[in-house]
Amino acid sequence: MHLTLEFGGGLDLLCQSVKIHEVDVPLMSETGKMKMRDLLAWVRTNLIKERPEMFMKGDSVRPGVLVLVNDCDWELSGGLDMELEEKDAVVFISTLHGG
Amino acid sequence: MDSNGMSSGYADIIREIEKLKVEKEEIENRISKLEAQLDRKPDETAHLEASQCCSNVQTVLDGHRSSSNGLTPEMIYRYSRHLLLPDFGVEAQLNLARSSILVIGAGGLGSPVALYLASCGVGCLGIVDDDVVELNNLHRQVIHAEAYVGKAKVKSAVAACRAINSLIKLVEHNESLRASNALDIISKYDIVVDATDNLPSRYMISDCCVLLDKPLISGAALGLEGQLTVYHHKGGPCYRCLFPTPPPTAACQRCSDSGVLGVVPGVIGCLQALEAIKVASGIGETLSGRMLIFDALSSRIRIVKIRGRSLQCVACGENAELTQQKFRSFDYECFTQSPMSDRVISLSIFSTLVYESARISARLYKDKINEHEEHVLLDVRPAHHFRITAIPGSINLPLSVLVENISSIDSALKAAVPEASGEAASLYVVCRRGNDSQRAVECLRKNGFPLAKDIIGGLEAWSRDVDPSFPIY
Repeated sequence: MHLTLEFGGGLDLLCQSVKIHEVDVPLMSETGKMKMRDLLAWVRTNLIKERPEMFMKGDSVRPGVLVLVNDCDWELSGGLDMELEEKDAVVFISTLHGG
Repeated sequence: MDSNGMSSGYADIIREIEKLKVEKEEIENRISKLEAQLDRKPDETAHLEASQCCSNVQTVLDGHRSSSNGLTPEMIYRYSRHLLLPDFGVEAQLNLARSSILVIGAGGLGSPVALYLASCGVGCLGIVDDDVVELNNLHRQVIHAEAYVGKAKVKSAVAACRAINSLIKLVEHNESLRASNALDIISKYDIVVDATDNLPSRYMISDCCVLLDKPLISGAALGLEGQLTVYHHKGGPCYRCLFPTPPPTAACQRCSDSGVLGVVPGVIGCLQALEAIKVASGIGETLSGRMLIFDALSSRIRIVKIRGRSLQCVACGENAELTQQKFRSFDYECFTQSPMSDRVISLSIFSTLVYESARISARLYKDKINEHEEHVLLDVRPAHHFRITAIPGSINLPLSVLVENISSIDSALKAAVPEASGEAASLYVVCRRGNDSQRAVECLRKNGFPLAKDIIGGLEAWSRDVDPSFPIY
């Protein structure tokens, strides 16, 4: 499945300072589908190069990270159980506190 | 010791010059203000003085009411470009004039917020901050001028706003906003703008706005990115709905460590002022339930839909546990494990890990140089820090890549002493403030360099105690 992944708010530092990643993610063989839960595991293994605890906690993103699928908060579409579709754009953004 | 005596005398003179320059600026400012008064027409001066005496928003409107719509002639002239907007007009301007807005933080975000809210004619503008203006603030905190370096940010910000618009009421809150005083201060205003620089303040301000039912315009900026949304407005979510659990401390970057391009908080602050004006005047569609994400490097602004109010939210949910009494005694710094300021904290936990024998003061290190001790000075800051300034002769090996490049230290140490002498060179480690250098020494001692020493207090100590001409940043 082809997806556009974007990392912001400093999360790009965890993947060699590259913000936008065009990726092809293999589907889960049993279901033929891709849930956010599967994508997170794939991202952690394949894109996160350092300090994975700055990206994930348990099987979800760590507190303070917003996940947006096609510019919409993933909480509005099922969170970890949300099913992704071909060419979806997924943004992981760490909340900022500076000023 | 003589050289130290001389350098502290040198520092005293520099400080005295700086102090006199500030005083000179202040006197010049006062002269120009008085000259401006002379230039003003007599009847205009009288009018301004009368309105400055007005103690609340309503009297400004009532005291000089001369047209049926409630705007004084001066207001009509001053705000004419607002009044000409069909979507804004008299009603929105009057709503602004009747509103009171609190800006929390007079820094990079708060500067444009306060300037625009003062100039656009909100009735009452309050500013909270307990910080003083520093020279390294001025590249982004555009409300402050050089003459105010060392003075309270609130005084500086209010003076700048007053210079722009003497019609509005300005209130100085020269104190830090804490759980103990937040309810009292925020309750006096209709709308709150969060222009702070730290995580615990953000939770505290959001909770307080929920308790007092005030809309909150929240902005943040760091590096080359900014974020903006409106909380607790028209049924929308609060900060805790979005972030029920605080992030780990390591994820909380500060402008004083990570840097920030000056114009980035400027952009976000301007947009915060815009949202505040929309909420106050009742026009348009605010960012409640949406978040604006700004990426300066790629010139992209993304507006995303965020979750609504959470029924389980401990602050604004159906069975919210938060009360005013609980709020007052809640420890937000403990809750977030981070301090309510952007100021520097030195690493104290490491003092128990790195033994005293593994440390050396900047002064003693200087003595070693004077004694011509053969040594290598390893600077473990990131490469872009090293390019800002460095002690001559030091070698840069950033902490993040120390382990992979540990063999290069061996060759540096060998190169530092003549082969025939048979002696070993010493190894000193320095960083900006003496925190990373302790981590590096820990690592070096475990990896074959048992005699490595950390320079206590880093380059800041070097500049303070040894070489006052060495730049700090």
